[in-house]
Parts: sequence; C-alpha cells; structure tokens
Amino acid sequence: MDLIIGLTVNGLATGMLIFLLAAGLTLIFGLMSVLNFAHGGLFIWGAYTGVWSFQMTGSFIVGIIIAIITGLLLGLVTERLIIRPVYGNHIQQILITLGFMLVLQEFIKVVFGPDQKAVFPPEILQGSFLVGDIVLIKYRLFIIAVGLLIFIVSSFILKRTRVGLIVRAGVMNKEMVQSLGINIKLVFMLVFMVGSGMAALSGILHAVYSGVIYAEMGLEFSILAFIVVVIGGMGSFSGSLFAAILVGLAQAFMAYYVPALSLAVNMLLMTVVLIFRPQGLFGKG
Amino acid sequence: MNSLLELNQVEAHIQKFHILQGINFGVKKGGVTVLLGRNGAGKTTTLRTIMGLNQVSKGTIRFKDEKINDLPPHKIANLGIGYVPEDQGIFGELTVGENMRVAMKKEDEETTRRMEWVLELFPDLKKFWKKPGGALSGGQKQMLAIARAYVNKNELLLIDEPSKGLAPIIVDKVTESIEQMKENTTILLVEQNFMMASKIGNQFFIIDDGKTVHEGQMEELKNDKGLMKKYLGIS
Ligand SMILES: Nc1ncnc2c1ncn2[C@@H]1O[C@H](COP(=O)(O)OP(=O)(O)O)[C@@H](O)[C@H]1O
Ligand SMILES: [Mg+2]
Repeated sequence: MDLIIGLTVNGLATGMLIFLLAAGLTLIFGLMSVLNFAHGGLFIWGAYTGVWSFQMTGSFIVGIIIAIITGLLLGLVTERLIIRPVYGNHIQQILITLGFMLVLQEFIKVVFGPDQKAVFPPEILQGSFLVGDIVLIKYRLFIIAVGLLIFIVSSFILKRTRVGLIVRAGVMNKEMVQSLGINIKLVFMLVFMVGSGMAALSGILHAVYSGVIYAEMGLEFSILAFIVVVIGGMGSFSGSLFAAILVGLAQAFMAYYVPALSLAVNMLLMTVVLIFRPQGLFGKG
Repeated sequence: MNSLLELNQVEAHIQKFHILQGINFGVKKGGVTVLLGRNGAGKTTTLRTIMGLNQVSKGTIRFKDEKINDLPPHKIANLGIGYVPEDQGIFGELTVGENMRVAMKKEDEETTRRMEWVLELFPDLKKFWKKPGGALSGGQKQMLAIARAYVNKNELLLIDEPSKGLAPIIVDKVTESIEQMKENTTILLVEQNFMMASKIGNQFFIIDDGKTVHEGQMEELKNDKGLMKKYLGIS
C-alpha cells in the first residue's frame, strides 16, 4: 500500500513538472499553430538562473521568482526574434526553434560552465512527513501543490476573465477575434511569455527535484512535454494536465516494476492514442 | 466627404488566384447597400478584403476618407466596422454570454445600452445565455453573430449572407432586425435571397467575376428582369 502511494506521489510530481512545460506548448500551438522546439531552452534557463540565484541568496523563493522572470523575458525575446518571422510555416519553425534550442543550451555552458551541478532543496522542504506507515517526501508534495495551484489559477483566468476568453476564442477562430478589434499578436505574445514563464518554473522545480542540473536536460525533458501535448490534444489546456499526470504515473510505476520499459511506455502511450484518437484525448476532431 | 466606405479599383489575390479584378463602389452613410452576384463572384472576398483579412494587391479602400488597406484587421475593426462573416464565426466552446464578452470592447453605458437593445431584439440569446455557441441553431448563431457585431458602437456593419440556410420564418426575423439596425448604422449586406435584399436594400452593386459591373437603386432592379437574369440567374 505505502509503495503504491509512494509511486503515485512520484508520478504526480513528475506529472506536474511535465504539465508546467506542456501547458505553454499546447497553448502556443493551439493559438498560433507554432511548433516551438525551443521550449526546453526556456526550461533550462529557468533551472540555471533559478538555482544560481537560490544558491546566491539562500532563498528558494527568490530563485523561483528569478527563474520566472528569466522565462518571461526570454519568452518575449524568443517570440519577437525567432517565432515572429516564421508564422505559418511549420518546417521553418521546426528548424529555427530547434536551432535556437541548441543555442540556448550551449550558451548555458558558456555562462554557467559545462559541468553538472548538484542542487539541494531548501531546508524547509527537505525530509518527509510520516503518515501512518507512509513516507511522503516534502519536496514532491510541494511540486504537486505548486502544479495544482498554477493549473487552478490558469484555468480561472482562461474561463473567467476577458483575456482568458480571448485566448480561448483565438484557439477556435483567430480571424474572428481580429475582426472583433482584438490585436491577436499582442495576445499571442502574452501567451508565449506566460508559457515561457511556466517552462522556466518547471525548470527550477525540476532542478531541485532531480538534484542535479546539466545543459542537455531541457531537450530531454521537453520531449516528454511534446508527448504529453500530443496525448492530451494540441491546444487543450486541461488535456495537457490529464496527459501529464498519465505520463508521470506510467513512468513512475514502470520505473519500479518494469524499469526496462520506463522510457518506452510514454512512446507506447502516444502511439496508442495516435492510432485510436489522432486528435488527442481532449482534442477536437 | 462623399462616402462612408469607398473601394476604388480594388484587386486582390488568394494565393496565386486573381480573385478581385476591379471592385468599385461607395457606401453612403445611412441605409443598406446590397452586394449581389452569383456564387463565386467575389462578394465574400470583397468583405474579407475590406476587413483586412485578405490583402489588397491594387487599388484603395477608404473608410471615413482614411485609407485602410494596409491596416491589420483589428485596427480596421476599431475604426468602427463590425463584421458578420458568412460562416458566422461563432466561438463554439464559449457560451453565448462569453461570445458577447469577447466582442465587447468597453463596458460603458453606451455598450450596456446597446447590449440591452440587442437582447430585446433577439430574446433567444438571453434565453440561451449560458449555452455553448456551438449548440445553437443556425438562426440563433446568426443572431449571435449580428449581436456581436452590433454591441460596439460601429458605424458600419458588413453582413455576409445572413439568410443562408435559415428557415423562412427565421429569415423574416433576421430581416426585421437588420431593418431596425439600419436606423442608426450603415449596413453593407451581401445577400442572395432577393426577397430579403429588395425589402431592406437601398442601393445595390452587382459583382461578377471579381468586378463590379452594375449599380443602381434597389427599386429599379426589381423591374429590370434582363439584369437579374444576366447576373443573378433570377427569372
Ligand atoms: N481560399 C480560397 N482558395 C482559392 N480560391 C478561393 C478561396 N476562397 C475563395 N476562392 C475563390 O474566389 C472566388 C470568389 O469567392 P467568394 O468571394 O467566396 O464568392 P461569393 O461570396 O461571391 O460566393 C470563387 O471563385 C472561389 O472559388
Ligand atoms: Mg460568399
């Protein structure tokens, strides 16, 4: 029983980290049909700047804030310089964002050095709670809480505010949104920045979770996010949460019971979804 | 100033195709101007080009004497042009109320007053306020699309074939609503339903093969069987 709960907590924590990365991707794709392979670059920049400022100041909160600010600013620059010239052309998007991803990755090594770095959680989030016989690792619970909080706040914004409604309307019909007098480019820039901020948040949280950071982890982790976007349905925000948790859980349980399959299981999930529901679980056919 | 909206030798391409090859017309302030012409003549493309959704490749479009053909769609809309597209462009997953909220640029007194007015005109919208736009009937979608264009203080409404696919009794309702709106808003209407067009239209222009080929007062057209047959296929 406690094993099941432990694996579930692991799975949920991983799922939330993937969700934070996938949420931005799915909205960016849904709104502007942009394939952004540089998203993982924002993730590592969040991880490195966050860890660096965390270790400089000793405050994890400061680390998180710096990571998010880095994500927002880098998102702004990426949208303006990299994405804007290639709207509407998927091939160019893949090439230029993959290229930019590598630039961001290599630049990390220039700024922060090429070696792996060890990271520890802040004191208050170290250790675990004991509930009966069950050991609950504090930092994992923290990640789940943050992920849920972000999901709830974003859902509220998307469902209840005019800006959120405009974003959703934009996913459905961009031309109509513009015809109603709304500057869709501005909306997209905003979504891109917020998505990048979430990726950077995912980066710092993941850095502390895995205990180590290295420049290539962005690309590795963003592949999971792409799988989640496909499973959840491109453009579906709730779909990305659901699929992220699914992938997180599948990975956690497989890693324990059938370690050899723990990476393959996500590909398998994606393949099954693509065969039976090509638009994704929450996608619109 | 002569016309509220004026198209001068407007040409437009869709991909490689030369769709509009010389559109000339002016919409005077007040009343309803009708664009007529067979299927595929270029009426929808003309409206989309005015809205900036298609690029103008030659010629000029002026609104209130300002050249608008290089402006992006949202700026054109914000000059005071409302657009009801042929497919209505309803946001299917948003409720009726949310569709209206996306459209409302301000929440001032004027907008509230217009909202109340338009809800009185289309009580169905009030009744189905919380229903997803995608679940409305064809007629209700049309009403929502018109309401969305009307709720802001627009001086000109572009309405593309509002009667398309609607039952006669709903067409009457939509016709009546446009008649009421024309009291204080100028309307450029694309309409194939000749009964409707002749009932509310003041002046007309006929588009054929991407060119304006004829213009006149709606009254005259009703009696010109030759013209109707030649360009509209009505006998
Ligand atoms: N996306 C498109 N691609 C290619 N041709 C198009 C496209 N949209 C419209 N057309 C062509 O442009 C012409 C005018 O279409 P349209 O403006 O929709 O006509 P109308 O509204 O008068 O029926 C038609 O011949 C149509 O086939
Ligand atoms: Mg048409």
